[in-house]
Amino acid sequence: MTALTMPARSDSSLRPVPWRRMAWVTWRQHRAALAGVAVFLGALAVYLWITGSSVHHSYAAACHPANSLTCTMNFTGRYGITGIMVSILLQAVPALIGAFAGAPVLARELETGTFRYAWTQAFGRWRWALAKLALLAVAVAGAAGAFGVLFSWYNQPFFAAGYAIPFSTRVFNLGEIAFPAWTLAAFSIGVLAGMLIRRVVPAIAATLAVYAGLAFATGLWLREHYMTPLLTSHPNLPGSAWVVSQWYTKGGTFAFPARGSQIVSALSRLCPEPSGLSPAQCLTQHGYTLWTSYQPGSRFWLFQWIEGDWLLALSVLLIAATVWLVRRRAA
Amino acid sequence: MTMNIIETSGLGKRYGSTWALRECTLAIPAGHVAALVGPNGAGKTTLLNLAVGLAEPTAGAVTVLGGLPAGSPAALDGIAFVAQDMPVYKNLSAADMLHLTRNLNRRFDQHYAEARLAELGIPLKRKAGRLSGGQQAQLALTLALARRPRLLVLDEPVAMLDPVARHDFMAIVLTAMADDGVSVVLSSHVLAELERVADYLILLSGGRVQVAGEVEDLLASHRVLTGPAVEAGNYAERPVVNVRRAEAQAHLLVRSGVDDPVPPGWESHPVGLEELVLAYLREPGAAALPGPARPQEVTR
Repeated sequence: MTALTMPARSDSSLRPVPWRRMAWVTWRQHRAALAGVAVFLGALAVYLWITGSSVHHSYAAACHPANSLTCTMNFTGRYGITGIMVSILLQAVPALIGAFAGAPVLARELETGTFRYAWTQAFGRWRWALAKLALLAVAVAGAAGAFGVLFSWYNQPFFAAGYAIPFSTRVFNLGEIAFPAWTLAAFSIGVLAGMLIRRVVPAIAATLAVYAGLAFATGLWLREHYMTPLLTSHPNLPGSAWVVSQWYTKGGTFAFPARGSQIVSALSRLCPEPSGLSPAQCLTQHGYTLWTSYQPGSRFWLFQWIEGDWLLALSVLLIAATVWLVRRRAA
Repeated sequence: MTMNIIETSGLGKRYGSTWALRECTLAIPAGHVAALVGPNGAGKTTLLNLAVGLAEPTAGAVTVLGGLPAGSPAALDGIAFVAQDMPVYKNLSAADMLHLTRNLNRRFDQHYAEARLAELGIPLKRKAGRLSGGQQAQLALTLALARRPRLLVLDEPVAMLDPVARHDFMAIVLTAMADDGVSVVLSSHVLAELERVADYLILLSGGRVQVAGEVEDLLASHRVLTGPAVEAGNYAERPVVNVRRAEAQAHLLVRSGVDDPVPPGWESHPVGLEELVLAYLREPGAAALPGPARPQEVTR
């Protein structure tokens, strides 16, 4: 480069605005959203704490041993439905955090035009986006992590009483690792949707839809494939095992799945009405073997970490894509 | 030493299939209040967005502050931009907006900002969204000037202001210009305001530069000739910009110096800036441009 084209002022003296300045900026601009998340999770936590205390007391009083009739009547009979309802309602929590705390972060800037202010300050637009999103993501995931610990504590008696298993689809993604990871993913989906759609309300709707699709697909199809399931023909599985699929074989070849129309027709053919045998006994007598593929309960933490890891990777990718769009996107 | 505060060559920006700006080559020297004028949709906002780094060019290049790439860290540091709708965070107080801007920049003159807001009677604790339109504009301008920029870029700064607020706003811009040597580039379609503030003019029309130059030079090189309408056709050999006929009289805006001979039966008058701009706007084919933009001459 020749002296002719050099800028008038030397650039070596130009140090970037320090990253730490974004801490105040992020807090000041998003404290309402962060407070909203805190109040929302806080209210749910108080509810979980209060009902969780009764659940624990009731379990301690009624469940010696855990599978006794008193336990069924006085503990699972009283609290079981509540436990199920709570876990189902909590499925929406990450989606709501992603939609209402994540989606507006950039969509509001773009919708109201304030990005023209923010992106022309000396801090620099991609650094601004990265710092802001990283801080908010850590805050949101941290709060969700604490909430995940509380929810696991709440669920402990149900697991101990054999009423639910940690692998159950309605509780697995609320676990200590999975819950903050899902919340982080929802937040990342939200910010990217906001950047792409550039309007708050449609971005919120898109976040809810995408999150729901991802969560359903993971629970229904993906999670069981994290590791190759174990295979057994032993009829008594440990109670904590997550059964992936069951089928019958005869003479070493596949006969029919353990559920569905084929087994019904086989039963009516092999054991007509008055045999007095249970379906399983009937099939065993006629030389059928029940095979079960399952994920053992001991893999729970491994699965939590696998789900946490890929969700973290996905979140990093989505946030990186968002920052890249902020850097590239023309006004 | 003069440097070009904004310099473009073959600059173009396309949104979808429409060119918002094309083949724009210009050099705005430092030390001016440069007015970017043109009808709505002429590409004013696009040009400013490109200069402050909010948009990326589709074609050509734009540099600022004497050769810095638009949008580079050094360029962002030296340029303060106030966008068309004066964006401020409506849920933050004026004091928070000051603090925010101070945190996002290397320089911020807190004393200046607070003194200016006090002078304007803008309460620091009031939320920006509850300030009047004029006060929001003043707040946005104060934030920009407190950054102590070398170039202040204003997109349609007075469009939404009432005449008093408009006057106050421009007074502050001119003060900053006089006190700190800030160069100013502003876009406007309010012509009446320009004569008072602008000393450099760029006229954009249909995405192209039609007129560019110092106001003084432009006014000195144009005359209005008034004479019998029947003879108006005789002046084809002169560079006539625009012909306006009123009954028997014709008014011709011609490119001509003060001392150029005036034909018998015709009168020659100096032209006002507003009149000049209007004449060019009515003749999109006419152009008054300096030679090719000079490369910047700077020695280290």
